[in-house]
Amino acid sequence: MAVFVHNGGVSNSRTPHIVGCSTPRKEGRDKVSGRARYIDDLWFPNMWYGATVRSRIPRGRIKAIRFAPEIAWDEFVVVSAKEIPGRNYIALIENDQPCLVDRVVNHPEEAILLVAHPDRHALPKAVAAVSIEYEPLQAVFTIEQSEQKDEIIWGADNTFKSFLIEKGNVDSVWAKADYIVEGEYFTGAQEQLYIETQGVIAQFDAERGLTVWGSLQCPYYVHKALMALAGLPEDKVRVVQTETGGAFGGKEEYPSMIAAHASLLAMKAGRPIKIIYDRGEDMAATTKRHPSRTRHRTAVSKDGKILGGEIELVIDGGAYLTLSPVVLSRATIHAGGPYYWPHVRVRSKAVATNTPPHGAFRGFGAPQALFAIERHVDRIARTLNLSPVEIRRRNFLRPGQATTTEQVIDESIDLGQLLDRALELADYDAKRKRFAKQNRRGSERKGMGIAAFLHGAGFTGSGERYLSSVVGVEGSADGGVRILVSSTEFGQGTNTVLCQIAAEALGLGYEDVTIAQPDTMEVPNSGPTVASRTAMVVGKLVASAALGVKQTLVGAGLLAEAYTAKQFRAACRQYVAAHGALRSLARYQQPEGVFWDDQKYRGEAYAAFAWAIYVAEVAVDLATYTARVDDFVALQEIGRVMNPVLARGQIVGGVTQGIGFALYEKVEWRNGRMANNQMTNYIIPTSADVPSIRVFFEELGNRHGAFGAKGIGELPMDGPAPAVVNAIEDALGIPFDTVPLLPESIFEAVRMAASRASQTHSPAGVR
Amino acid sequence: MTTNRGAKCEISFLVNGERRIVRVYPMERLLDVLRRELSLTGTKEGCGEGECGACSVLIDGRLVDSCLIPVGQAEGAEITTIEGVAANPRSSALSAAFLECGGAQCGICTPGMMVAAFHLLDHKPTPTMDDIREGLSGNLCRCTGYLQILEAVVEAARRTTAR
Amino acid sequence: MRADPAEYEFRTPASLKDAVKLLAEEPQAWLPIAGGTDVMVQFAAGTLAARKLLNIWNLPELRRIEVLPNEIRIGAGSTYADLRGHEVVAREFSLLARAASWTGGIANQNRGTLGGNIVNASPAADSLPALLVYEADLVLCSAHGERSVPYVNFHKGYKQIELAPDELIRAVCLRRCFSGYFSYARKVGARNAQAISKVCMAALGRVENGAIGDVRIALGSVAPVPIRLPETERTLKGKPLDHDVIAGAGRAAVAETRPIDDLRSTARYRAAVVGNLVVEFLQALGGANRHA
Repeated sequence: MAVFVHNGGVSNSRTPHIVGCSTPRKEGRDKVSGRARYIDDLWFPNMWYGATVRSRIPRGRIKAIRFAPEIAWDEFVVVSAKEIPGRNYIALIENDQPCLVDRVVNHPEEAILLVAHPDRHALPKAVAAVSIEYEPLQAVFTIEQSEQKDEIIWGADNTFKSFLIEKGNVDSVWAKADYIVEGEYFTGAQEQLYIETQGVIAQFDAERGLTVWGSLQCPYYVHKALMALAGLPEDKVRVVQTETGGAFGGKEEYPSMIAAHASLLAMKAGRPIKIIYDRGEDMAATTKRHPSRTRHRTAVSKDGKILGGEIELVIDGGAYLTLSPVVLSRATIHAGGPYYWPHVRVRSKAVATNTPPHGAFRGFGAPQALFAIERHVDRIARTLNLSPVEIRRRNFLRPGQATTTEQVIDESIDLGQLLDRALELADYDAKRKRFAKQNRRGSERKGMGIAAFLHGAGFTGSGERYLSSVVGVEGSADGGVRILVSSTEFGQGTNTVLCQIAAEALGLGYEDVTIAQPDTMEVPNSGPTVASRTAMVVGKLVASAALGVKQTLVGAGLLAEAYTAKQFRAACRQYVAAHGALRSLARYQQPEGVFWDDQKYRGEAYAAFAWAIYVAEVAVDLATYTARVDDFVALQEIGRVMNPVLARGQIVGGVTQGIGFALYEKVEWRNGRMANNQMTNYIIPTSADVPSIRVFFEELGNRHGAFGAKGIGELPMDGPAPAVVNAIEDALGIPFDTVPLLPESIFEAVRMAASRASQTHSPAGVR
Repeated sequence: MTTNRGAKCEISFLVNGERRIVRVYPMERLLDVLRRELSLTGTKEGCGEGECGACSVLIDGRLVDSCLIPVGQAEGAEITTIEGVAANPRSSALSAAFLECGGAQCGICTPGMMVAAFHLLDHKPTPTMDDIREGLSGNLCRCTGYLQILEAVVEAARRTTAR
Repeated sequence: MRADPAEYEFRTPASLKDAVKLLAEEPQAWLPIAGGTDVMVQFAAGTLAARKLLNIWNLPELRRIEVLPNEIRIGAGSTYADLRGHEVVAREFSLLARAASWTGGIANQNRGTLGGNIVNASPAADSLPALLVYEADLVLCSAHGERSVPYVNFHKGYKQIELAPDELIRAVCLRRCFSGYFSYARKVGARNAQAISKVCMAALGRVENGAIGDVRIALGSVAPVPIRLPETERTLKGKPLDHDVIAGAGRAAVAETRPIDDLRSTARYRAAVVGNLVVEFLQALGGANRHA
């Protein structure tokens, strides 16, 4: 019997003793023993392998496809766009991205044909033996080229989406300004580089329909896409998430594509099909973080207050719309940072280029926007001869003030105090004094940099309402409870934290709670595992649904209001034995007083913001121009620390990815294709590179989140790049406005600064 | 041993203490032979270029990337995979420490990390932090940022020497 | 993985003698594979042209390090781990031991061989500058016998080496005469471990009576082959280590290199770093001499 519980609050009469503890990872034992099974570890009888024939050009019309005769093509199953049973698109926001190219190619590596064979080794030769003749079309590769509109490659004007946020009357501030500070900031593409590449197995039979197993974040996204592609009804498509070896957003939307490919082959071949990308294909063909360009123009008073400003933000979406409007939305809302803007205009757009579509990557637009504002605030400080500390202190949002979208901060966050604490933990003042002395000589220059930021958790505005997530908790025959969610584990701790929440809500032991493998046939749609929403939003529904189980048992007279865990388990066993099933569902409800205007882009953008101050200590070696992070302080207010070991792991991992974004990870583009698509040439930090990263938490609670939780998964991605680049400017006295910032760029800037200095200082005719 | 083009051969080796004989092409990668012929799927492929270490195994007690080894070179070798390491009582402190310290998040790098850490602790029972960073520098992790892995190794060493 | 193992022939010779016999009998047909750290990457990428592989991994004649009174003979099949772990190599040829510690992670060091590194002839290889400053001699062997080639003459151009198709490198010989020298090695890569070098340098120096008695500087990644800097060395010999001499040497070193722009770095950056590292080396040499 299913019971709907509407957004019930969780009242605790006891002090929590499971939430807030470092309970061991639910699936940890299997992971440390090699028993955990990922998609390429699975093998089905009669299974064949699939591979993809991809475009070699960025844009053009297909004129002819030839199959070289030396391949025994009759051994293969080949699928083209013409054989798609349903609709040839990957359903997402708009339906502009084809599953297979029909006639026109819009980016390198775009999928054109699919091939399958029983011998995995036969596939690369077959793929290489397909030659495609194109009529090339003019391609567009950068934001600037796209904006120029010399070539229209998407829609009417190359623009996927645009937003406008206006607060106050920004046109009135320029006349009053003592300073007008301008800046332009760039971030590059970043590859998620999950260590497990994309992979799926698909199987089809007329009776059961289509089943797909795979490494993925969002089973119901794949489910929706396959229904449209295969022309099948809801109950004839089943998607199962297998143990996933890292995702970071890279497995949010892309798996729908690879699942579609495997499904088409499975439907034609009449047997299971496995597709696993090798690293080179994965890096070249799948999504990356959206490159960005942000322009700031800010009116500032002489005492360092932001009077108002204009922000223009553009992201490169690649060849198709995919998720770019949502990335743009988050970037736009975060563009003002954690500061009070009396007047502001934010204009943003996502534009098309002929590169593989860019997609979700941890942070999802916020790292791009926050890099710009945090660099810009340092620029404002320098222009006014104020310290980076002071400029921030004077402009931080305070409780009762409104953000750029007019969301009033109604929690008692004191960013000034957070800043003080971070600076103390980082020994900021003493180090800067020391470095000022040390930097006069020697082969190294050291500096300190600050980043202050916020990160909105959950879907923007009305997003959570549209998702309308449903969570189930059921009583098991053995007396324990099992959580039913489509939220997936991919290292960030979904399984562990949700089980902690259910155990805490019911007063059970952590071992009494299990969580079902996300399988669309077994679990309701609790929404995608993205946007740092799992602990906060889904967790709260888990607590509600769990209480529904308890209420059923109490209502059936099997359990008293006050009970022990042992009594609960006995009551549960009894109920299940008598009725066969005990299931409670909870559906998301928008909290009271949360108002969002999708047209004006105004109102409560997020149910909760987490707040952070990051401080980086960086050394630049003047012989090699390499920047090295020597120490990193990450202080954040996250509502509630659900599991200290896991929470720290999320921050350290995110900061390391952020340092990669800042200093190491450069995608080398050649005609729209990633040329450095090998791990040898796309550089992420090793254990020999990671600095000491010191993590500290504060907890203000969150009435909208389970046990006070806010989201933390993406937050740590926002701070490192600006903190590190601010520190490099502090060390060298040279501003840098682009990440990744590689030694080659530091060298060029140092050389230019040195030659400018020698021009101003050397009298004419000397030497 | 002589092979003709396209001919399989018999390779005999010890895998996790058991003698195994496989009939394979000598240029099959050891990684693939372990995973497919022997169903030892704990060893993973992350890159196929010897960069990420997800395929780490021990050959004759030495840490290697199994994606770079033709099985023809493994004739007569003594191979230990994550399954062997996990079954070895000498690794119990390491497994426990990984679990307690948060050394595994998504888990895909974990088998390689465990093999590399086990190898390190075997050769350096009281490693310095620099030794540990170096010992694991061939194993890439994208989730943890390494610190909790390094701490797990420190903790495992501490527990083992304390005993 | 883009290769089909079924297409490859693989042979393990019983001895070095059998190996070179096969190379002589079937010219150009067999590609020797030792540790596999280069060959197997190409294999997996589907770019390995060879289809017949001659397995010389762990041949005893190749994997031994002989210590003689005046020289050390390092078998070409010695791994980087073997080099690091050998007492005499670590003590008397620290540039080579350090380069070995920089080549990949521990797993790569357990398989990569010195001979493989030399034959692969990447201009970015970490060990090769050390061999240049130690003025190594290579012992090459074939079915017809052995010959010795000074290592400085081995690289004729980008990936062109003084090795006949039927020859293998048997050993690398280094004279044991460098104890009195100051050693300097530095690798500049994209990260601290597992990085292909953007610039790598090995140098030896000896100061006598306040002037440079002998100086040897070699670099990788700044030309199609690893190079010594004979012009720079010539301008330094007999000079005192003062500021002008050092600065001049830095400029001279840059002039002797031909770095390029590639996927990993730029010519200008490499040139600038070369200049800086040579200055750093000479300053350290001077500092060491003052404290001697």
